[in-house]
Amino acid sequence: MKILVCISHVPDTTSKINFTENDSKFDSNGVQYVINPYDEFALTRAMWFKEKQGATVTVVNVGTIATEPTLRKALAIGADDAIRVNTEATDGLSVAKELAEVVKNGGYNLVLAGKESIDYNGGMVPGMLAALLDYSFVNACIGLEVEGEKATISREIDGGKEILSSNLPLIIAGQKGLVEEKDLRIPNMRGIMMARKKPLNIVEPINSSAATEIASFEKQDAKSACKIVAADNVDELISLLHNEAKVI
Amino acid sequence: MSVLVFAETSEGKFKKSAFEVTSYGKKVAEQLSTNVVVLTINSNEPTLLYAYGAEKILNVSNDDLKIFNAKIVANIIKQAAEKESSQVVIIDSNTNGLYLASTVAVNLNAGYASNVVALPSETTPFTVKRKVFSNKAFSNTLITTDIKVIGLAKNSFGLVENSVSGTVEEFSPSIIESALASESIEQTTGKVTIADADIVVSGGRGLKGPENWGMIEELAEVLGAATACSKPVSDLGWRPHSEHVGQTGKPVASNLYIAVGISGAIQHLAGVNSSKVKVVINTDPEAPFFKAADYGIVGDAFEVVPKLIEKLKDFKANNA
Ligand SMILES: Cc1cc2nc3c(=O)[nH]c(=O)nc-3n(C[C@H](O)[C@H](O)[C@H](O)COP(=O)(O)OP(=O)(O)OC[C@H]3O[C@@H](n4cnc5c(N)ncnc54)[C@H](O)[C@@H]3O)c2cc1C
Ligand SMILES: Nc1ncnc2c1ncn2[C@@H]1O[C@H](COP(=O)(O)O)[C@@H](O)[C@H]1O
Repeated sequence: MKILVCISHVPDTTSKINFTENDSKFDSNGVQYVINPYDEFALTRAMWFKEKQGATVTVVNVGTIATEPTLRKALAIGADDAIRVNTEATDGLSVAKELAEVVKNGGYNLVLAGKESIDYNGGMVPGMLAALLDYSFVNACIGLEVEGEKATISREIDGGKEILSSNLPLIIAGQKGLVEEKDLRIPNMRGIMMARKKPLNIVEPINSSAATEIASFEKQDAKSACKIVAADNVDELISLLHNEAKVI
Repeated sequence: MSVLVFAETSEGKFKKSAFEVTSYGKKVAEQLSTNVVVLTINSNEPTLLYAYGAEKILNVSNDDLKIFNAKIVANIIKQAAEKESSQVVIIDSNTNGLYLASTVAVNLNAGYASNVVALPSETTPFTVKRKVFSNKAFSNTLITTDIKVIGLAKNSFGLVENSVSGTVEEFSPSIIESALASESIEQTTGKVTIADADIVVSGGRGLKGPENWGMIEELAEVLGAATACSKPVSDLGWRPHSEHVGQTGKPVASNLYIAVGISGAIQHLAGVNSSKVKVVINTDPEAPFFKAADYGIVGDAFEVVPKLIEKLKDFKANNA
């Protein structure tokens, strides 16, 4: 099995969100970047296939040189090699087109991605990639087993789950459940040392045209202050929710 | 030209989001001086959409489509969009909507904006406002392709009544093959899901242990709400993973979100701050949740929640 794990490079979840250049660009000043949390689930599941079923695991990112530490981290967690498509990721469709080239050229038959990037919250790259390649695709994936050519996949549905089956090739967009939180890998010293010697290949982009463009950003409006109700006066809370907020 | 809306059904009944996307689609069609066409599959009562402005409804009746397959449905949407020369396609942000929208976009060579929260601010260039950075900000995004796909964020536009007399047309698209087969569906029946709920009652580590969730469930029951929890609560196994809400869990966009014993960490707030009204109950007046909430009680959940349940029961009895 040749596995490709798509890694998105995103600001840490605690980052303060600010914009520069007339609110047209994200201000990365002082921001710590990490592997997109959903992609960590995908990467950890990939490591399981590597260790238990002898799969090879390549990680890929479409991004500038700034994303390389994130790819190195994925290598330190245990991926065999990494690919960086050398272009700034600005639009879901063009990222998916770049990734489709990588999948075709590398002959990967299992592609693991996350259900969304926590920066631009697109939730679009994996589905687009699958559609471009005509691979089977499962979104919001919470379980994946592969025996030979046959995959059994669980996906989250509203109020439950669905079990699906498909032959490879397959693309999934994963989330918590794909592996347990406690099983997520963090790089150890040995992994970090080994990662330095693993290949990180730079591929030039095909420069497909974008379908969307960000014109500007806005922050959330400042919220009005919280109304505090005395603990012994829940009647007042009920009355506020009923008469003022009109939600009950 | 037209605006195409996909109105999702579950066992023949429209999901609430179906009325929201129809309301939204009608307004977008007005902006573009064109008509709205609503596509639906196996609806028992398609005419319910008239109330929200659906002038033309395409209803697909086909038992093979009773089990959802994203690839097949995306292809049906494409066929409908081609038949109706649709310029804009609108899809909801339920689990299935999120699953199929990116495929629809590729099928139609369209640009796709997900998590859209408002009507286009301009139609040339076509500009929509969407949530980014896990609800901490918005982006104004241009869609530059001829055909545009919009994923409408839940509860962001609301239902707008706009009664029209429309027509229902039976639509029989061809059904493509899919290599993906549904083996089984496990549904926890009878409970309101976080995705569908108007009200969500959520508990955090402040509740001390799983044995104390009885009052959370009771509060939810009185309100007809879904139950949810913070991440550590599901990590500790006090509650199922499916209840974990926040940046890395389920998003909540309900009308009312009640947080009990939850501190309000940035990752928690990121996932719930799309809820319209937020209430916090916490012993610590310095808990960050008070900065994000609309109403708060500084107090012990073990005293406040039982009182709240009792008073809400009275309130419900008097307002039934
Ligand atoms: C990468 C990453 C992703 C994350 N994603 C998420 C996510 O998606 N969702 C999420 O929830 N968290 C997430 N977290 C965790 C988050 O940072 C917090 O640790 C978590 O939200 C805290 O949960 P809590 O509020 O239940 O617990 P605590 O922070 O322990 O807060 C408990 C609160 O209960 C109050 N309390 C105590 N006793 C009582 C009482 N008797 N009555 C009333 N109040 C009481 C306390 O004052 C306190 O404010 C993430 C963290 C990381 C690093
Ligand atoms: N620039 C990128 N490079 C590699 N993978 C990506 C990139 N952007 C998104 N992905 C993958 O697609 C998933 C969904 O991302 P998005 O569609 O941006 O929300 C992520 O979890 C990644 O697995």
